[in-house]
Amino acid sequence: MAEAIKINSLSKTYENGLLALKNVNLSVEEGDFFALLGPNGAGKSTIIGILSTLVRKSAGNVTIFGKNVESHVYETKLELGVVPQEVNFSQFEKVGDIVMTQAGYYGLSRKLATSRAEKYLKKLGLWDKRNERSRSLSGGMKRRLMIARALVHEPRLLILDEPTAGVDIELRRSMWKFLSELNESGTTIILTTHYLEEAEQLCRNIAIIDGGRIVEHCSMKDLLAQLDSQTYVIELSQPMTEVIKFGPLVASAHVLDSLTLEITISSSVGMSSLFDLFKNLDLDVKDLRMKNNRLEQLFLTKLEKLEEGRLV
Amino acid sequence: MFSNHKYIAFETIVVKEVRRFSRIWLQTLVPPAITIGLYFVVFGNLIGRRIGDMGGFNYMEFILPGLIMMAVIQNSYSNVVSSFFSHKFQRSIEELLVSPVPNFIILAGFVVGGMVRGLAVGGVVTIIASLFINVDVQHPILTIAVVLLTSIVFSLAGFINAIFANTFDDISIIPTFVLTPLIYLGGVFYSVSLLPAFWSSLSYFNPIFYMVNTFRYGFLGVSDTSVSGAIAMLGLFICGLTFICLSLLRRGKGLRA
Repeated sequence: MAEAIKINSLSKTYENGLLALKNVNLSVEEGDFFALLGPNGAGKSTIIGILSTLVRKSAGNVTIFGKNVESHVYETKLELGVVPQEVNFSQFEKVGDIVMTQAGYYGLSRKLATSRAEKYLKKLGLWDKRNERSRSLSGGMKRRLMIARALVHEPRLLILDEPTAGVDIELRRSMWKFLSELNESGTTIILTTHYLEEAEQLCRNIAIIDGGRIVEHCSMKDLLAQLDSQTYVIELSQPMTEVIKFGPLVASAHVLDSLTLEITISSSVGMSSLFDLFKNLDLDVKDLRMKNNRLEQLFLTKLEKLEEGRLV
Repeated sequence: MFSNHKYIAFETIVVKEVRRFSRIWLQTLVPPAITIGLYFVVFGNLIGRRIGDMGGFNYMEFILPGLIMMAVIQNSYSNVVSSFFSHKFQRSIEELLVSPVPNFIILAGFVVGGMVRGLAVGGVVTIIASLFINVDVQHPILTIAVVLLTSIVFSLAGFINAIFANTFDDISIIPTFVLTPLIYLGGVFYSVSLLPAFWSSLSYFNPIFYMVNTFRYGFLGVSDTSVSGAIAMLGLFICGLTFICLSLLRRGKGLRA
């Protein structure tokens, strides 16, 4: 499959001397739903800025669908839709006008722009708000408006920089559904997010960036397979009356209260073995949940290791 | 970008600009109309009677071209500087920078937006003036050409100011401390021949003096300066300022990191 994005030896040093990216290499296949994760200040927004031409690179090469972003400015920009982290539309304009204006920047005729604006405002639940000033929208609506605006020219590549930040869970899930459908229809999506559950749920491939360097670049499946242990919180139907000895299957166990346990087991241990263990111990499990999201656990472990490496 | 796409993008920017200043017409169109109306009442009607003729015309007829030009200059400049800086401040300029719109279309869109406002206010001033005097234009084509060229010059200047501006103070410093003195000392209210030699000579270093006088020539048929020289100067200003604007856009000054 062709590459939607190919980044070679990309570096960026800002005017204040901050080295934001150090020799970054990254590729994203066409049709992928790709997560770009990293702590604050890791360099995610700088990469997005360079892809969207808002930030100038210091060195390296960036192509979008095989075309260099500097020598094929028009073609690459036409393929790209960007939803930035912060609201960046005029607060005084009407919702419909914001989307129509964006369509105009991409050279869409009035007729086509009108039909596209209607299509995406309806899909994102903003059609009824089209004649309202954007400043009257809620935070979640503003995020959706930015998505509608980025999609009006129907780009093949959509970059979402923390699109669900500050959005309630119900709306977040409806946005996940919308983005999944969009990806299934062929749009390549790159997502940065602090909600790792979101990345795990939506993305097939992932890159983790830290200190301006790509520290992991693989499929989500391969990354999650690296998780060597998982921690579960287990709620029992009856209170525990004596100290429980779990045996070698459980790496560690903590009693949170008489009805709640926290246990860590190896990733290789199947759930059926775990339930058998509880059955043998005569413990009736009422509820079981993972303590952390798997990706979150892995992400934190990786960052801790990197931090330790830096300190050493 | 294909030509029709460029045209649509240009039209979009212009429509957006016109919509912006029309939406706040109480701030953009009414105040200059009231100010200029007061100039007519105070300087033209009340004081002007005592001043008598100037350059062979009554004082109201004499100051009319200068007042129109003053409105056009101030509004062309302030429309572009405030609009483009607001785009930067709200970061909505990113919409435009991420899109495939070429720099010269961005510049042309904002400049034409500034011209539309400048000419709209100039038109309002002319209508108000017609309530006081009989507005007669001696050289209509020259008059239109000069007002258009002047409007372009100050729209471009406003664009440069907006690119360098980092705060709202930065967009009011040039209009207050540079533009207004140059306009007032540019022969709007008097003929340079009435000034002492030193001040008269100094006036010839003020570019607005040439614009006002050439515009006055279009209206009244009299001028303190060479008309062709002034047109050439306007052309040079437009070329120079356009070059600077496009260079700044290409470098991403104040816009790209």
